[in-house]
Amino acid sequence: MTAWAPVEYTGVAELRGPLMVVQGVRDAGWDEYATIVLESGERRHGLVLDVDHDLAVVQVLEGTGGVRAEATRVTFTGSPLRIPVGTGWQGRVCNGRGRPIDGGPPIFGDESAAVAGFPMNPTLREPPAEPVITGVSAIDALTTLVRGQKMAIFAEGGLPHLGLAAQVAAQAHAGGTPFSVIFAAMGLTHADAATVRDILERRSSAAELTLLLNLACDPVIERLLTPRIALTVAEHLAFALRRHVLVVLADMTSYCEALREVSAARGEIPARRAYPGYLYSDLASIYERCGRIRGRAGSVTVLPVLSMPAGDITHPVPDLTGYITEGQILLTREAVPYPHIDPLSSLSRMMRAGVGAGRTRPEHLDLAAQIQAGLSRARQAGELAELVGESALSPADRRYLTMAEAFRTHLLAQRPDEARTLEETFERAWHVLSTLPRRDLSMLSEEALDAGYQGRT
Amino acid sequence: MGIVTRVNGPLVEVEDLAGAAMFELILLGPNKLPGEIVTLRGGRATVQAYEYTGGLAPGDRADRGGIPVSALLGPHLLGGVYDGLLRPLTRAGPWLDPAAPALTSTGRTWRFTPLVEQGRKVAAGTAIGRVDDAGSLAYLVLSPAGEVTAIRQAGRYGHDDAVAVVGGTEVRLSRRRPVRSALPYASRLEELVPLTTGQRVVDLLLPVCLGGTAAVPGGFGTGKTVLLQQIAKWCDADVVVYIGCGERGNEMADVVAELAELTDPRTGGRLSERTVVIANTSNMPMMAREAGIYTGATVAEHFRDMGYAAVVIADSTSRWAEARREFASRSAAIPAEEGYPADLASALAAFYERAGRVTTLGGATGSVTIIGAVSPPGGDLTEPVTAQTERFVRTLWALDRDLAYARHYPAISWRESFSRDAGALTAGAPEDAARCARVGRLLAEADRLTALAELVGAGSLPARERVGLLAGRLLREGFLQQSALSPLDAYCRPERTVLIADALLMVLTRCQELVEQGVPVASIEDRDFSPVLRAKEAPEEEIAARRDTVLNELETLR
Repeated sequence: MTAWAPVEYTGVAELRGPLMVVQGVRDAGWDEYATIVLESGERRHGLVLDVDHDLAVVQVLEGTGGVRAEATRVTFTGSPLRIPVGTGWQGRVCNGRGRPIDGGPPIFGDESAAVAGFPMNPTLREPPAEPVITGVSAIDALTTLVRGQKMAIFAEGGLPHLGLAAQVAAQAHAGGTPFSVIFAAMGLTHADAATVRDILERRSSAAELTLLLNLACDPVIERLLTPRIALTVAEHLAFALRRHVLVVLADMTSYCEALREVSAARGEIPARRAYPGYLYSDLASIYERCGRIRGRAGSVTVLPVLSMPAGDITHPVPDLTGYITEGQILLTREAVPYPHIDPLSSLSRMMRAGVGAGRTRPEHLDLAAQIQAGLSRARQAGELAELVGESALSPADRRYLTMAEAFRTHLLAQRPDEARTLEETFERAWHVLSTLPRRDLSMLSEEALDAGYQGRT
Repeated sequence: MGIVTRVNGPLVEVEDLAGAAMFELILLGPNKLPGEIVTLRGGRATVQAYEYTGGLAPGDRADRGGIPVSALLGPHLLGGVYDGLLRPLTRAGPWLDPAAPALTSTGRTWRFTPLVEQGRKVAAGTAIGRVDDAGSLAYLVLSPAGEVTAIRQAGRYGHDDAVAVVGGTEVRLSRRRPVRSALPYASRLEELVPLTTGQRVVDLLLPVCLGGTAAVPGGFGTGKTVLLQQIAKWCDADVVVYIGCGERGNEMADVVAELAELTDPRTGGRLSERTVVIANTSNMPMMAREAGIYTGATVAEHFRDMGYAAVVIADSTSRWAEARREFASRSAAIPAEEGYPADLASALAAFYERAGRVTTLGGATGSVTIIGAVSPPGGDLTEPVTAQTERFVRTLWALDRDLAYARHYPAISWRESFSRDAGALTAGAPEDAARCARVGRLLAEADRLTALAELVGAGSLPARERVGLLAGRLLREGFLQQSALSPLDAYCRPERTVLIADALLMVLTRCQELVEQGVPVASIEDRDFSPVLRAKEAPEEEIAARRDTVLNELETLR
């Protein structure tokens, strides 16, 4: 910041979509934060997207509606956007730009940090190694979330992905160590936002939650800032204050649409489905902010949630997200009931590092692999049954159909307000496997079978 | 000194740069962010910046570097982790802040031994000295042509110390070389020598040569990165340059940690001591990702010139192409296919062309092999980067999503992959050629029969064809599938690959004979084949016994 009064510019040359072109500008840098004062005294905010000689292209976070080219004053703050960081964010509800909307005072912090963030040095990353317990059996048992991981939730239309994300946010813990949740909502409807707030009520009153709300009716461009504010706050809580932080970003499809809107307004050459060519890098600059740092206690775990337009997993948003994240939880209509997780298409790439003796259970990986193998066999048997009729199946195939049914009713099915302990999840997982003969469970050691197998041997 | 006039992300325009050259290094703004000139119009230049340009403003200064963008090549490389411009990451802080002060030399010294005497006339590229404590191999100091007028005695020297004067030029332990132009060599060698990767499907069916090129296209979740990491760990090259180009940070951390733990079976040292890692994760500056590919090729050529076999592994070239597209879009270049710049194909061809097995200037034999991953959006193998890459590589390992879903790893599709050198490599060994051809034939036949069986049911196929289905299953499970996690199976030496293949083929021959002699095919299918199916996880000396167990069991059916 400069010590002297910042210069006010009044030369608005052009207004186009969310963009404002200001002329006669001196010393405004790229990605700088700008304040815009309208004729009425209303204040808006923007980011510099391009500076060419004395022209600055500013993306207006609140949109350009009602802005007149005359009588609008723009000030540049002299640096890219920084926000205060610290514990002041916990227990607060803010808008997508980080302004409180809970009636409380503005958020202060002893320190500030740039929202763009800096890339984490890959050589000082500590590989993730401990689980986040979500209290959702299908996740904890089969696609365990690991501290410092980024794992996406993909959903077909009409499925309760926000409810599941909120349930995970409400229940997740790191085994008694300090834990915080930052829930960044982008483009949510009022109804969805209200549900999310309800589910997260308790966590909020325990001052473990920061809620950033950008609703469907809020300015679209503001959404571009929301995940970055969430992650900037998270990085400080994790790496300066030694907390384990879970950042939920929902719905990333809305975020990407905002990005596409700006790109279109700038006349950029579109790539697939008119999304900008830099969508991958832009998403990476968000998702890659997860992780752990060698020698520091905390972690940032990122859970992007996104709806797949028309249920298409090759749509650019889920596709590029899948290329960046370390696994995905896929919700499909076929996987009934709630939480609708399709166990065979879901995968946690970090699971191997985050489970096992001393972390969850010694037999965890084998148990998960055995359930997956069983469900995969059951799916084949199910397809065969559709052709030839169930009565024509071999007894072995029928046993696998029974096992799949036990999986649905005992392990998958869970109430949205039900938090299961790890013990209960494993109890249920063993129950599912015990519907199969012991000799079929070749992936589990004798020792594990002696301890856990409940069926007739 | 030039003046910045426009900043648009990594695209910076600078005026008053009279005398500057294309691809010259430019230092931007008060923090001296590195950039490179990519367009020149009079004194106006377009610069692509290699760091985040937030806060950079018109009116800021821009200084000429006087040299093209270059990398420091020296004895420090092996075992280190670097960014796209070869700046060491191991000594940077946890956050990569472009405004942080540049790293200075650590003052480390190396043990140098001269190899020539003063007064000798040497040709360019001659090794005039060696460094023995720079990783797992002898690091050679190469000279320009001329007479050696001074050379240091054996002793410890810093990377920037002159150790000799040849033809009036000082020779140091390290040298700075532009990354965009290939280092020179004397001539290319025609003879084909295989690179052993330790992956059975590659070594037997889809081999790659020293100095060859291979591409690995595959959608997300098909196991691209695991396959490339396996090759980085177990291939029999002297030097591996692993370029993480726009990929995951946690994965890079994993690679580095694993290489530091694993023992190199050939030297007994750590695998990391033969590896140079260039880490440009997806959230690091995009244009450094673009340069990183060339930096990696230059590092490999540097070791090739010492007479070593170097392998460049680039994961993923799609991210490199996207960085080029991004920059082309910002500089308003007219786009070709899917927004990629028109020079995509020629840039890809030029990159892969840096591979080769050559006679170096100094007369040694060295090679650079390039293996590049391709990440097709939506798994669409007709998209431009995949389609263009296929044109230029000698070997293609196409990863198949269905195989990956069936947990068949490495998920290399035997249908869509090719190796243009496979024929030439087995030309002198008819036995190898016959084995490779038979496995390929059996797999193709099994694919055809599987499709047929799905329509009519396997039970209604004639006995001969059911043996064909059995052959497909045995080869897939017993030979093609290879576990990256199993200690005995992760690396399969070529002799072992042959033993396993021959054991399976012998069992299959017997099955065919039995069926022809009228033994019911169902009784053959019911036999326990697990001794040969699990031979890949057994000690090598057991393989023959396992084969005989199965053969004897089959004999009882006669």
